Amino acid sequence: MSNSNIGAIAMTDTGTIHKRARGLFGNGFDLGRLLLEGRAFFALIAIIITFSMLSPFYFSTGNFLIMASHVAIFGLLAVGMMLVILTGGIDLSVGSTLGLAGVVAGFLMQGVSFEAFGVVLYPPVWVVVILTCAVGALVGLVNGVLIAFFKVPAFVATLGLLYVARGVALLMTDGLTYNNLGGKPELGNTGFDWLGFNRVFDVPIGVLVLAAVALGASLLLNRTAFGRWVYSTGGNARAAELSGVPVKRVTVLVYVLSGICAAIAGLVLSSQLTSAGPTAGTTYELTAIAAVVIGGAALTGGRGNIRGTLLGAFVIGFLSDGLVIIGVSSYWQTVFTGA
Amino acid sequence: MLSARNVAKTYGSVQALKGVNFDVHRGQVTTLFGENGAGKSTLMKILSGVIRPTSGDILLEGHPVSFHSANDARDLGISIIHQELSLAPNMSVRDNIFMGREITTAAGVDYAEEERQTRALMEELEEDIDPLTPVEDLRLGQQQVVEIARALSVNARILIMDEPTSALSASEVEVLFKVIRDLKARGVSIVYISHHLEEALQITDHAVVLRDGTMTARAPRSEIDLEWIVRNMVGENFDLGSPPEGHAIGQVALEIDGLSVPDASATGRSAVDSLSLKLRAGEIVCLYGLMGAGRTEMLECIAGRLPKSGGRVLLEGRELGRASIAERIARGLVLVPEDRQRDGLVQTMSVGENLSLASIGAFTRGLFTSRKREKVLVDASIRDVTIKTDGGQAAIGSLSGGNQQKVVIGKMLATNPRVVMLDEPSRGIDIGAKAEVFRLLAEGAQRGLAVIYSTSEVGECLSIAHRIIVMRRGKISAEFGPDATKEQIMAASGEAVVA
Repeated sequence: MSNSNIGAIAMTDTGTIHKRARGLFGNGFDLGRLLLEGRAFFALIAIIITFSMLSPFYFSTGNFLIMASHVAIFGLLAVGMMLVILTGGIDLSVGSTLGLAGVVAGFLMQGVSFEAFGVVLYPPVWVVVILTCAVGALVGLVNGVLIAFFKVPAFVATLGLLYVARGVALLMTDGLTYNNLGGKPELGNTGFDWLGFNRVFDVPIGVLVLAAVALGASLLLNRTAFGRWVYSTGGNARAAELSGVPVKRVTVLVYVLSGICAAIAGLVLSSQLTSAGPTAGTTYELTAIAAVVIGGAALTGGRGNIRGTLLGAFVIGFLSDGLVIIGVSSYWQTVFTGA
Repeated sequence: MLSARNVAKTYGSVQALKGVNFDVHRGQVTTLFGENGAGKSTLMKILSGVIRPTSGDILLEGHPVSFHSANDARDLGISIIHQELSLAPNMSVRDNIFMGREITTAAGVDYAEEERQTRALMEELEEDIDPLTPVEDLRLGQQQVVEIARALSVNARILIMDEPTSALSASEVEVLFKVIRDLKARGVSIVYISHHLEEALQITDHAVVLRDGTMTARAPRSEIDLEWIVRNMVGENFDLGSPPEGHAIGQVALEIDGLSVPDASATGRSAVDSLSLKLRAGEIVCLYGLMGAGRTEMLECIAGRLPKSGGRVLLEGRELGRASIAERIARGLVLVPEDRQRDGLVQTMSVGENLSLASIGAFTRGLFTSRKREKVLVDASIRDVTIKTDGGQAAIGSLSGGNQQKVVIGKMLATNPRVVMLDEPSRGIDIGAKAEVFRLLAEGAQRGLAVIYSTSEVGECLSIAHRIIVMRRGKISAEFGPDATKEQIMAASGEAVVA
């Protein structure tokens, strides 16, 4: 039976489809629901099969790992974005925050000079990482406070921060790029490239970071009171408020978390490139939103999960890398990603 | 002229209209009376094409018609003025009147012609409004006139007005009635809905009474009086229980002392005006009043949703001050809001997640929630408030209105409150579910819960309440015991003065 037939039956008589599906696939199996929830999964499989046929290099473990490390960037942004979208908001500033985070990390790696004391401080890498995440959190905090307490629409507030963060990144570097983030052993600040280059059991660190963040976010959403608050705020903020959910605090926190995710993504990206440019991450916010939506989350809030969002990120990442491998021009890549 | 024959409408399992016959006479005012939820608005929406009936026919001048949209009905000369005005406040009177059907020429919109027609309409309605004034600068009564002008500008032959006077001052009501009389003289038929029975009697030519989706009576003006309307509106008593007895009424649980709440729609006015009230543990108090009497504002202020402009709220002798909603819930003061779709339920979450939303802390240990403890809590709630559902994981939309209401009540009761406030707990649920909700409240009171519920159906005052408080314009206008009569209560609310 073809899919269109099933669709037609479902429209006229939902009872029939349930019975049929049960007969075909065993007890309690709902085909319509599976198709809907598995959209992203099927798309991913279709993409892998298509590109494997088009290019002999595509279907190999090595390529998958490389692609996965690209996906890690989008995935980190998308996880943060999804938290925001679950509350019914949107965060357009993540691409710029990513760029700013990279620049801040680069700036710190070059050494901070205190002219009054005539010394140059070279903070160790873990300090750089923490400070960079703090910058991301600060951007998110400004977003969240504007939205929750000053009632600025999320679209407007985060669009503003998109420009502010990008502008600050450009100011800090005069538009130039920080190179050589490797650090020097005598200064005790080596190891920055570990994030981008090293592998554990052959898996790039960036992918492991994504996995850890996704796992943490998943636990947060499914097993903590905060997670329930996020879903209820997005589903019906008024009802949530009357049930005693601190809606404003939840709103601020999701933007802070989104900012931190963007900062982590910025660290991974600049580490992969061992350079930090102020224009890194331009338009990545749109990719992240696309990943969240492909993953089945509702832009109106309240619906979505981490699994879907990760699938969405993989769909987009695998698609664009596949297009590179088979040699499609970057302009056409943009068209395909949209389609 | 326009008639409905055996019109029925069902929403899911709820029958809003059960085979109603309704006639509109040319050049006359027909008033539709009925309590909230009697089916008045549903019938009007069917007549104006907003919704389609499940069964039955609509006849226009003897010919059956079927409307696919409100535009179809408008093209046939039927216009509706909704209770909430549907004007764009930022646009001028002229632009509002011609919104969506601008007069266009080859050169674009013909503003001059639109302005001329608007001026003519305003003269006709004898209202001195400049066509270029932004609507937000007009008084509410004038906005109502603009709304009427818009209906007339499409040559409406039948005009449906849903509670047109609820937001008007007495003098504005006079103006409106003059307009209605003029319209009658021009052969326009009017269908009028109002809760102010006396007011409606001044203007109406025919009266039709609806109750629980059926027409209970109809008569021309000359044959009816207020008592007739009230009798047919309220009908025979369905037994919603009686005040629970045999348990001790305890200490004062909630004390409201001179509480004032500002009116959100008009600055300087108070929705609740220095109101004082005491509620004891184990006591059930009913709050009756018309729409706009300030019941919702009072309850939402006590719950911490709205800011107060004066007075104090004390819970078990301790002042609440500026405590947040969450703190009030933790201290045992909860509100079941009036509009369960808008304020009560999270549609994207399951029945169980809705039930446990207000008491997540009870099943959180350390950082993480415990699914097992949550299931215990949810199952207990479902059993206690007798929700008919497949279980905690069922979608909230799969429940009937009455069961959805029980979820909202169950959610608040799960927090183990001392005082529970319910704003119109019986709104939009059928009579059987109403009885169950009231039974729940009575049981709660016997366990020492202090209960206050508001209603706009007078029959529900005389059920489980130990005391009936009638509110009018933000103040308490009367207080009765359970032996009061419907007429006394309605008189105190300003709804009807029966001699």
